[in-house]
Amino acid sequence: METYAFVLLAVLAIATALGMILNKNTVNSALLLVLNLVSIAGVYLLLQAQFLALIQILVYAGAIMVLFLFVIMLLNVDEEESLFDKFRIKYLVAFLLGVVIFGQILYSLGGVTDMLPEVSSEMVQIGTVEAIAEVFYTDYLFAFEMTAILLTAAVVGALLIAQYKVKDSGETE
Amino acid sequence: MIGIDWYLALSAILFTIGIIGVLIRRNAIVIFMCVELMLNAVNLSLISFSAYHGDIAGQILVFFSLSVAAAEAVVGLAIIIAIFRNNLSVDITKVNLLRW
Repeated sequence: METYAFVLLAVLAIATALGMILNKNTVNSALLLVLNLVSIAGVYLLLQAQFLALIQILVYAGAIMVLFLFVIMLLNVDEEESLFDKFRIKYLVAFLLGVVIFGQILYSLGGVTDMLPEVSSEMVQIGTVEAIAEVFYTDYLFAFEMTAILLTAAVVGALLIAQYKVKDSGETE
Repeated sequence: MIGIDWYLALSAILFTIGIIGVLIRRNAIVIFMCVELMLNAVNLSLISFSAYHGDIAGQILVFFSLSVAAAEAVVGLAIIIAIFRNNLSVDITKVNLLRW
């Protein structure tokens, strides 16, 4: 059962990721990325990380992708020409580089997968909201508060960058 | 539970697709979405290691990575808007102010 669910979600994730980078319409790319994020959230559920699966859907597939879609609609981007109209040497180089990096990742991961400890069934139940909150508000409290400052700084910085006339507002005051 | 190898392989494949997307696309927004895909692939490998070690620290790290990704998306999209306003394009081959 778990294997079937994993295969289904993995095929969906890979297919939508490929569709995302090959689609020439930007809005379609963004919607395929939403589907990809949702299927990765399903994989998180298989790994017993319920809290992060929900956060993934709420924050990534919800908030961040809505922001992306807003920017796409705002900028009114014209479509690129199709990726396959003519063969470019760039694509071959990119593909070869991708294969090299894939080999590197597999090589580095190959050494660690046989060093895993024996995990009992109650050790696996770590992804619940209760378990995460208990660690969050004790051991990682300072870092948790720091993320609030980080997000505030990001919002202020984004407002400053995307402001229409930055220089004028400084001179008129 | 199925082996951890499958989750790590899925993570590696998604990361590679993200890298190829960054290299072949010219639209800045799609490149940005490919970066998000790569961040997600790394999150997936963190969560699978966390589950198979029985250690919650990996999931905490994913939470921080998510909040940093949100901040990064906001600032990056603001930069894209600023580039579009000066250049009327999000095609990165036409942005050559800092290019040697």
